[in-house]
Parts: sequence; structure tokens; C-alpha cells
Amino acid sequence: MVDVTIIGAGVAGLCIARELRDRGTHVQLYDRGGAPGTHSCSWWAGGMLAPYCEAESAEPEVVNLGEGAAQWWQDKTGLVNSQGSLVVSQDRDQGQLCQFARRTSQFDHVDRAQIAELEPDLGDRFSSGLFFSSESHICPRSALTALHQSLLRDGVEFIVAERDPTDSSKAGLTIDCRGYSARDELTNLRGVKGEMLMLSCPDVTLSRTVRLLHPRIPLYVVPRGNGIYMVGATMIESSASDHVTARSLLEMLSAAYALNPAFGEAELLEIGTDARPAFADNLPRIRRRGGMIYVNGLFRHGFLLSPALARMTADLVMDGQIPEVMDEDHS
Amino acid sequence: MPVFYDTKIASRLMLGTAQYPSPAILAEAFKRSGAGIATVSVRREAGGERAGQDFWDLIADLGVKVLPNTAGCHSVREAVTTAQMARELFDTPWIKLEVIGHADTLQPDPFGLVEAARILTEDEFQVFPYCTEDLVLCDRLIEAGCRVLMPWGAPIGTGLGLNNVYGLRSLRAHFPDVPLVVDAGLGLPSQAAQAMELGYDAVLLNTAVAKAGDPAAMAEGFARALEAGRLAFEADPMEPRDMAAPSTPILGKAFLA
Repeated sequence: MVDVTIIGAGVAGLCIARELRDRGTHVQLYDRGGAPGTHSCSWWAGGMLAPYCEAESAEPEVVNLGEGAAQWWQDKTGLVNSQGSLVVSQDRDQGQLCQFARRTSQFDHVDRAQIAELEPDLGDRFSSGLFFSSESHICPRSALTALHQSLLRDGVEFIVAERDPTDSSKAGLTIDCRGYSARDELTNLRGVKGEMLMLSCPDVTLSRTVRLLHPRIPLYVVPRGNGIYMVGATMIESSASDHVTARSLLEMLSAAYALNPAFGEAELLEIGTDARPAFADNLPRIRRRGGMIYVNGLFRHGFLLSPALARMTADLVMDGQIPEVMDEDHS
Repeated sequence: MPVFYDTKIASRLMLGTAQYPSPAILAEAFKRSGAGIATVSVRREAGGERAGQDFWDLIADLGVKVLPNTAGCHSVREAVTTAQMARELFDTPWIKLEVIGHADTLQPDPFGLVEAARILTEDEFQVFPYCTEDLVLCDRLIEAGCRVLMPWGAPIGTGLGLNNVYGLRSLRAHFPDVPLVVDAGLGLPSQAAQAMELGYDAVLLNTAVAKAGDPAAMAEGFARALEAGRLAFEADPMEPRDMAAPSTPILGKAFLA
């Protein structure tokens, strides 16, 4: 017997499936693209579990909802890297660093020597920074694959097919987690294009997420191990998700080069792009419309917010508890 | 209130639409400030095939006049092509013309700007040129058919305010009947008020509002400063002078004692 059908096995769909399954619900997952892979927006994510850094430009809700994310991911996958995040800027952009500090919390100011201690490959290049010791990151691809595998082991049925979200022929509840693909159903959803790179650069050793503040090209670098780095990410008001522009590539690479010129010798393993699903306030929604629940609008915070959204969706489905990001739709 | 190409605008504030934390905050900034014109970058957000449509729909919902721009264009040809694309997308002859001449300072290329302005005016565009405060350049832009001038206050995104007050005042004096807009470089409402005190018709800004901790509050701050500065301009301010002059009568007091 299936109690809940989830459409879309990106980060939101998989987290909800995991949470519901752990609470004893029978779950069926649909994804037309199959196992986690390049068809899903979350495949291209940075995987930063950095609620305090995000406070610089995100609403306070993102911080509140994201605070428990690292623990959830560690409990469910054991893959979390919790070495904190380091924020730096070049000397001429110290104003950026001061502003970032004013708008965030839970950090320590670090000087050249402390930066060198944390990240020896950056210490001689930056004289001051902010260290967010309680933040983490996770490799999105490993995390998605681990959730997918564990769900299969627990008997969750995974169906590789398109599923019409309005098809009500089956009994039970349907949860739509299709991200930007749900645009036809959720008319006020928009796409925000993100572009990222994967570099292989054994010459550089970084052990935690590093953010470089720059007036034009803010950048983050997330280590994936074995000298491989994810570099991202642009934010462009466009739903195009097929190509990376030369300009974005140039900007990201030059910012990486500014972080450490050894990135100039890196090999480009991947150039990726997709459209993040977002509502006008860039905050997520759990929207109920008749017998359907839509969980969407995670914007650039898929890995940070999915655990909280999964918990709230499970509370709603199993206990009828109305979540704080609930959005009743009577249309 | 300013009139651009025979269109009357109900506000002296023009706002860019990039870099806000979210479109909802962008909309709130417009609402609280009453800004009358929204500039939109076509080149950066387009991606072809109307992929930016979701965002442009949000801009259209603001209910203000849209001024598409050629931000990010470094050559005449790029700027002209982008302007033509903008006309198609937004169904308006208005174009804020940027031809960037230097990658670091983002200052306008005056030579390319005049050439592009001429081409676009002949093609029946109504051009809003982003220029420097150079008087001769502004003369050439008027000759090329521009009926608005948008000199910078300081380089884009720097927040340095009015770097050359003498030059800006001189422009106002030489072009008493051309709408003048300070475009770029403003960081604080007091700087916008100063532009009004010089008799400018409007200001255009983006970063100062979008990157403020509370963009909507900052937008309102700018709107109020513009009102204050304009009132001051219309009130014919006193001339500064070196000698102190008491504002209360001194007759009968032994001030020479």
C-alpha cells in the first residue's frame, strides 16, 4: 500500500521521502530522469550548510530553518564535513568584509596567522577574514546518491517515469517536488540561473568552504577531496539552463585565481548550469492545493533547507501540523 | 517633476533592478520610495529565447515606466544590438545607453557613446546616454539627438557621491532646458540631495539601495532626500559668505564692549 507519492527525486523529494519513511510511511518516488544525476538542479549545488553566512543576503527564516541541517544530513548519511567556513576578501575590499561581518553572526575575526593555520594555502594572501566554525558542507552528489540508495534498501519504490501531478487516479497523497519543472503548476515560480565549475587542482589544498568577497564577483570554493574543487556560483535572473556563458566562466576563474594563483593550473573537469526554483521572496513554500502538496522555491538553499522542509512536510502529512512556511492555495 | 521625451514622470528617483536580495524586496523598495522608472539590464539577464521573462514580468508588475539599458556593453555594435533587442522585448523606444570604455573603472567610452547615440537616434530610439560630466561630450550627445543627459556622479557602484561638483554645476548652467540625471556613483541620500540642490532633474541609482542592509528603507531615505534637495533648489538658497551675520537684532546691545 502506498500512502504518499513523491514526484521529483532531487534534494527536496529525497529528503521528504527519507523523513516520511523513517516515520513509518509507505512512500513511492517518481522521477523521469532516474537515479540522482545531471537532470536535477541539486546535482550542481555547492552543498554548503552555512546558515550564518547566508544571513548576509537571505531572510532570517533561512538561518532559522537551516540551523539543524548539518545534524540531519549527518544522521541520515554520515557524509558531513564540519570544518567551518572561512570568508576572506582582498585588502582593497576590506569594506566588503566589514559589511559581511555586520550582517552575520557566529564567527570569529581571524588574522593572517590564524588564516594560515586554518588554510595554509591562503595565509600569505589574506590579512583578515571571518571564520564560521560551526558551519559545514556536504558533497551533494554523494549525499543524493546515499539517500537514494538507503531508500531503495528500505523498500521504497522508485519509478523512472513522468507522473502527471494532477493524476488523481491513485489513492493517497501526492507531494510535488519537481523544482522549476513545476512552473506550469506554480505560476509565480521563477528560475534563477546558476553556473558552476569543477576543477582539479592538486596544487591547492583547502579543507573547508572558502568564500571570497568581491564587489563584482562573489565566489565560493568547496573542496570535494582529492584536489577537486567546486567553484560557484552565478545568480542570473533567467530560467535558461542549457549553457554557461564565456563571461561567467571568465569571472569565476579569475576570482578563483585571485583566491590562489595556483588555480591557474587547474584542470576544468566540468562546467555546469541549471535553474534554481524561487518564489518572489526567495523563500521556500509548502503549498497545499486540494489533495496536492507542493514543496518548492528552495532557491540557492536546497541542501540547507530540505531537512527542515522534510520535517515540516512529514509533520503536516502525519500529524496535520501546519508548518510555518505553509501556503494554503484555494485557487 | 521631470519630463523625458515628452513623458512626465511622477518621481525624481530612478532605480536599477539588479543585486537585490529578492524580487519581493525590490518591489518593496519601489513601493516605499515611489520611484518612477525602473532600469533593467537586457544583456546580462537575457540568455536568449526570453529566458528572463519571469523576472521581466515581475518588473512589469511594479507598474512603473521601464527603461531598458545596455549595461555591460563594451562596443558600439554590442550596444546597438542590445538596444534593438530591448526594444523588441519591452516594446519601448527608450534606451539607457551604456558603452563602457574601461573594464576597471567602468567609465563611459565617450567616443563610442556619441557614435552609438547617433545610430540609435536615427533608428528612432529615445536615448538616455550614461556619460561623464564633460561639457563637450554632452554637447556632442545633444547634437547626436539625445534629449536627456545622464552624467555620472562617480564610477558605477562606488558610492563616492558627486566627484566633480564644478563640472555638474557647469552642465546645469549650459543646458538649462535639457533634463539632467545624475547616474551612478551615489552611496547616500545626502549625495542625492546635493544633486537636487544643483538643480538636477532626477537621480538613477542601484547598488546604494540594493546592497543596503534594508533596501526598502534606504530607497525611502533617497526619496525623502530628493524631496528635500529639490525643495531647497526651488526655494533659492542663500549664497555662502565669509562674514558672519547675526540672525537676531543686535541694536541696543553693547556688542563693542
